[in-house]
Amino acid sequence: MKPAPFAYAKARSVAHAVELLSAHDDARIIAGGQSLVAMLNMRLAAPEILIDINDIPGLSEVSVEDGFLRIGALVRYAQAQRSPLVSTHAPLIARAIPHVAHAAIRSRGTLGGSVAFADPAAEMPACMLALGARIVIAGVDGEREVAIDDFFKGLYETAIGPAEMLVALRLPLHGPSRRVAFGEYARRRGDYAMVGLAATARAQGAGLADVRLAYFSVGLNAVRAQGAEAALEAGDVEGAVAALDGDLDPDGDIHASRDTKMHLAGALLRRVAAELSEAAQ
Amino acid sequence: MTAAQMEHEITLTVNGFAVSERVEARRHLADFLREDLGLTGTHIGCEHGVCGACTVLVDGEITRSCLTLAVQCEGKSVTTIEGISDSGAVADLQEAFRARNALQCGYCTPGMVITASVLLDAEEMPDREEIRDHISGNYCRCTGYHAIVDAVETTLKARAEAGR
Amino acid sequence: MSGDVPSPLTALDRPNSYIGRAVPRPNLKRLTEGRGEYVSDISLPRMVHVVYVRSPHAHARIVSIDATAAKAAKGVVAVVTGAEIAQVCTPWVGVLSHMVGLKSAPQHPIAVDRACWQGEAVAAVVARTRALAEDAAALVEVEYEPLTPVTDMMTALDPETPVIHESLGDNLAFERNFSGGDPASAFAASDHVIEADFGFGRHTGVTLEPRAMVADFNPGTGRLTAYLGTQAPHMIQNILSIHLAMPESAIRVVCKDVGGSFGIKVHVYADEMATAALSKLLQRPVKFVADRLESFLTDIHARDHRVKGKVGVMADGTITAFEIDDVTGIGPYSVYPRTSAVEANQVVNLTGGPYTCPNYKARARVVFQNKNVTCQYRAVGHPIATAVTEGLVDLAAQKIGMDPVEIRRKNLVRDDAYPCASATGLKFEALSHHAALDKLLAMMDYPRLRAEQAEMRKKGVHRGIGFASFIEITNPGAAFYGVGGARISSQDGAVVRLDAAGAVTVQTSATEQGQGTEAVIAQVVATAVGVPLERVRVISGDTDQTPYGGGTWASRAAGIGGEAAWQAGKALRENVLAVAGAILQAEAGTLDVREGAVVDADTGRERMPLTELGRIVYFRPDTLPTGFQAELMAVRHYVPRGYPFAFTNGVQASYLEVEDGFVKLLGHWVVEDCGTILNPQLVDEQVRGGVVQGLGGALFEHCVYDSEGQLQNASMADYLVPMACEMPDIQVGHVVSPTADSELGAKGAGEAGTAGAPAAVMNAINDALSPFGAVVTDMPFTPDRILGALRAAKAAQGA
Repeated sequence: MKPAPFAYAKARSVAHAVELLSAHDDARIIAGGQSLVAMLNMRLAAPEILIDINDIPGLSEVSVEDGFLRIGALVRYAQAQRSPLVSTHAPLIARAIPHVAHAAIRSRGTLGGSVAFADPAAEMPACMLALGARIVIAGVDGEREVAIDDFFKGLYETAIGPAEMLVALRLPLHGPSRRVAFGEYARRRGDYAMVGLAATARAQGAGLADVRLAYFSVGLNAVRAQGAEAALEAGDVEGAVAALDGDLDPDGDIHASRDTKMHLAGALLRRVAAELSEAAQ
Repeated sequence: MTAAQMEHEITLTVNGFAVSERVEARRHLADFLREDLGLTGTHIGCEHGVCGACTVLVDGEITRSCLTLAVQCEGKSVTTIEGISDSGAVADLQEAFRARNALQCGYCTPGMVITASVLLDAEEMPDREEIRDHISGNYCRCTGYHAIVDAVETTLKARAEAGR
Repeated sequence: MSGDVPSPLTALDRPNSYIGRAVPRPNLKRLTEGRGEYVSDISLPRMVHVVYVRSPHAHARIVSIDATAAKAAKGVVAVVTGAEIAQVCTPWVGVLSHMVGLKSAPQHPIAVDRACWQGEAVAAVVARTRALAEDAAALVEVEYEPLTPVTDMMTALDPETPVIHESLGDNLAFERNFSGGDPASAFAASDHVIEADFGFGRHTGVTLEPRAMVADFNPGTGRLTAYLGTQAPHMIQNILSIHLAMPESAIRVVCKDVGGSFGIKVHVYADEMATAALSKLLQRPVKFVADRLESFLTDIHARDHRVKGKVGVMADGTITAFEIDDVTGIGPYSVYPRTSAVEANQVVNLTGGPYTCPNYKARARVVFQNKNVTCQYRAVGHPIATAVTEGLVDLAAQKIGMDPVEIRRKNLVRDDAYPCASATGLKFEALSHHAALDKLLAMMDYPRLRAEQAEMRKKGVHRGIGFASFIEITNPGAAFYGVGGARISSQDGAVVRLDAAGAVTVQTSATEQGQGTEAVIAQVVATAVGVPLERVRVISGDTDQTPYGGGTWASRAAGIGGEAAWQAGKALRENVLAVAGAILQAEAGTLDVREGAVVDADTGRERMPLTELGRIVYFRPDTLPTGFQAELMAVRHYVPRGYPFAFTNGVQASYLEVEDGFVKLLGHWVVEDCGTILNPQLVDEQVRGGVVQGLGGALFEHCVYDSEGQLQNASMADYLVPMACEMPDIQVGHVVSPTADSELGAKGAGEAGTAGAPAAVMNAINDALSPFGAVVTDMPFTPDRILGALRAAKAAQGA
C-alpha cells in the first residue's frame, strides 16, 4: 500500500505556494497530512505534486488580532490544546480537540487542514460553523475572507478555489455572556463521530440568544440546525429536539443508520442544551 | 530544494545520528526507517494511521510514521524504538512491560512504548482511565490492554515515588 | 498482578520447581526494544516483491488479462497469471474424510478463469520494490464478465439461487444432523418452550502484523525455504511439498517472530502458495506482505452464523431439551486443509455442553457464497455455542422468574459427576462448573452488584449483569484432523540437550506467536532437568531444526508440547544421573539434579556441577568407565491418548451500562479451569486477551458485506477492533482440575476468554434492557441494533 509517485515541493511563502498551485493542474497542499497521507498510501488520492506548506513562516501562530482569535493554517491540535489563548478565547475548540482522533494524530494534524479538507464527520468544521468563524484564504490576488456560513459547498468541497489555500481561521473572541458546548457519539474513543454537535449561544437573562447549533456527520458538510436553534432561543428543549426532524436529513452509514443518527442527534441536543444553560463558562 | 522533484536529498537526525539519504517523495517515514535505514523496530500495521504500530518521536512528539513523508523530515530529529532503547530513557517502562507480560506477539510494543513514553514526564499523574485514553490510538490485539495499563501505571508510580 | 500458584501435584513438586510460577518470558526484552525479527523485516539478496492484482468483483469470469504495459513498467521482473502458476502449483480441495459429505471445489493459488470473491488474486506482479510492483499492478488490464454473486447465506440453498461451483451440484458444503435423547417428547413435556434467533457477524483476526512470507527457492540446492509466520510449520512443509511437487525434505519452513496469529495464521492461503510457486518459477527469493486492505479481503474470516435456538424448561428451572438449527456461510471454498466445516460442527458438538440435559437436537448447514473464505479463528465455534446456550438459559430463567445464577446451579453438570459425557458424546474427564461459579460470584460480589443495579435503575441508569458458563475443547488428539486424512500432526516432540557448559537447549515442535510457548517449555524443562531457568534456551519454528509436530493451535502448545518437553527433560535428567553415578561411583537413584548441579537426593549436598559433568562427558570421555556411553540429549514425543480432547470449563460475568444504544463495560470476571497452571501470568494474559477478542466480536467487529458481495469496511478505520478506552479491567481466577492424561496435567487456556465473553456481554445487555422488554441476539451489539430493539419493544408494547 504505497503511494503512487508524485513530485514534491516545499513552499517558501504563501505566495510561493499559490504560485505552485497555479502552475499545476493536479496539485495538493500538504499541511499535517494526517488525512492526506492515508489517502495517498491507499492510492485514493494520486496528485501530480504535493506542495508542502509546513516551512512557511508565520502560519503556526495563535494570536489575538482585531477582536478575533487568529489560528494560522499550521497550528496543530496538540499546540492548540496547550495554548492559553485558545482555552481563553475559544473554549469550544479546547473542548472539541480531545475528541479528534488520538494523541499521535493531534501531534501533526492541523485545525486549518481539517477545515480545508471539510470531512463531514470531522470536529473542526462544525466548531467553525458554531463559532461563526471567518476563513482566511489566499490566492494569486492576495487574501480574502469567507464567512463560515458561505464556506462549505458540498462533500469535501469548500469556497477554497483550485489555486487558493487556507491561511488562517479567525474566531470571534469568547466573552462573559458567551456559552459553548460540544458533544459527539463515536463507536470508540477517537473514531470519527456517528453524530456530533458543536454549539454556541449568548446568555440573555435566564435564556439563550444567538444560538448556533452545528451538527457534523449528518450530511455532506457540517450543518446548522436552525429550527432547533430557534426553539432553544424560545427556551423549548423538547421543541428543539423535535425540530431536528426538519433540520437534519442524514443518510445512514455502516456505523449508524438514519434512525440511530436522529436518535443520537436528539440526545446530544438535550446534553448540549443543558450545558449551554449552565452558569458562565 | 525548491524544484518539484520526485526524489529529494534529505538530511535529518535519527536516534542522534546525522543521516543523509536520497528518497522518493512518496516514501513515508516508516518505510524510510525500515527499508533505507534498517530500523525494523518501527512496525507497519495498517499504513493508514489507525493502528499506531509505526509510532515514533519526531522532534519529541509522538507521530505516525506511516502518515509522515520522509521528505518532510528534513532537518528534524527522529527517535525510534531502537534509539529510545539504546539511550535507556524508558528502560524502566520496558522492564515493566516485561515483568507484567504486557506484550504477547510484540508487534504493537515499540509503538506502544513510544506512545507511553511521553506520559512518563507528565506533571500530573494520570489515572488508569487517562492512561487508556492516551494509548487509545495504539492497537494491541493480544493483551486486551489491561496488562499494558498496569505496566504504564507501575512505571509512573515508581517514577513519582523516586521523584519525591 | 498474578501471583504464583503452587502446583497441587506431587509429581511436579521438584525442588526449585518453576511450574506454577509467573516467570517472565525470555523473549520479551528483545521485543520491547524493537529487536524482534518478523517476516516483514526479512530481506534477502536478489529478493523481489510480489503484489497481487485482486478481483474487484465478488464473482466474475476472467475474460482476458493484458499485462503488456505492466511487464514494461519500471522495475518489473514478471507478471504471472493463474494459468501460469498452475503449471508450478497444483490446486487443492479442502475436505476431511470424517466430515461425511463435506465437499468443495478445486482452488488455485491464483484464479484461473473465474474469481469467486472480491479480493481473490487474479494475477501476480513481481518487481524490485513493493511500490514499483503496485505501480505496475495498476497497469494490468483485466477484463471481467461479472457473474451473479451468491451473498445471502440464508438463501444460498434456494433453487433460484445460482450454484457457485456447477460441478458440486448445489451450494451446500456440509450438513450435519444430530439427535440425542428424546427431544420431541422433552419439549412436549416442558412447562415452557422458549425460542430465539441468534446472529453472529462475520469477523476476522486482524493480526497486527499482516500475513507475510518470504519464499526462497535456491536452484543450487533445489530447496525452498519459506519464512512464514505460521502456527504449524510442519503442516505447511507437507502442503508445499504436495502442491509444488517437491519432496518434504527439500522444504524448510522457518517461523521467527509472529505478529499475532489467533488461528488466522494456521491455514493455507492461496496468495502464500502463489508466492512459494513464484519463487520456484523465478528461482529467487520473493517477498509477499499483505497490506491492511488485502488482509481484510483475504485473511480468513470467521463466525457468520445464524442459529435458531429452542430450550425447554420446567417451572422449577429444570432444563429439559435444547434444539438448534445453524446456518453458516463460508465463502466460495472450504479452506485447506482444516476445512471450513469445523466451526459449524463445533457448534453442534458444544451447544448445551455444560448442562445435564440429555435431550438435544441439532442441524447445521454450511453453505458456499461469494465472500471471502471463513475458517478456524480463536475459539472456533465456542462463542456461538456458548452464546446460544447461555442466551437460551437466560431467556428460560427470565420466563420462569428465576435468577440466572440459580438456573445454572440447578442444571450445570455436578462437580462430582465425572467422568461423564455430553448429549453429543463428548467425554469429560473432570470439570468444575459449580466450584468455578461459586468462585466467580465471590470475586464479583454478586449481591452487591445486584443491589447497585437496582439502586441505579431507580435513577434511570440501566445496568446489567450477565453470565456465561462454558466448556472448551483443548489438547486435541488426532480426532480433529488426523482421522480425516489431513497430514496435521496431533503429537509434539521435544529434544533436550545438555552442553559442555551446563546449559540446556530445547528444540520443540510447539510454536510461539506471543502466547509464551517458549517460556512454558523452558520452565518445564528447567524443572524437569533441574537447572536454573536462565540456562535453558528454546528453539522453535524451524522444520530443519525441531522435532516433527503439530505446532500451536487449538489450545494445545502447553498441554501437548509442554508434556513432551517435560518427558524429554526427565529423560535427560535420568541420563545425567547415569553419568554422575558412573563418575561419582554412586547409585544414580541416590542423586538428583538441582539448580544446575548434581546433588545427593536426600541431603541436597552438592556433588558435582553440571559444568564439570559436561566437561568430562565431552572432553574426557576416556575417564568414564569402559563401555559406558553418556547420552546428554534426550528426545520424547507426546500425544494425549486417554481422551480425544482435554475439556476445560470456565465461567464469565459481565457488568455493563447501556445508554443511547451504547454499551459501557464496567467490569468483567473470569474463573477458568485449565488444569495445572504452568505459568499463572501467561494463563491470565491469555484469558484477558481472549476475553477482549470475544468482546470485540460481541460489540464491534463485523465484516459488513453489501448484497453484491463487496466488503464495506475493509480498513482499520471502519472495521472496529477493541481499543484501550472501551475495554474494562478483567479479573481472572482459577479452579484447578488437572487432566490425568499427562503428568503435567495442563490443559489449554488460549481460547477460553473468547469462548465465553460474547455470551456474558449479551446476557448483561439483555439484563439491562429487561425493563424495556427489549432483547438483542444479533452480534455485534451496535448502537443501531440496541436502539432498534428498543424501538421494536416500544412498538410492540404500544400495539
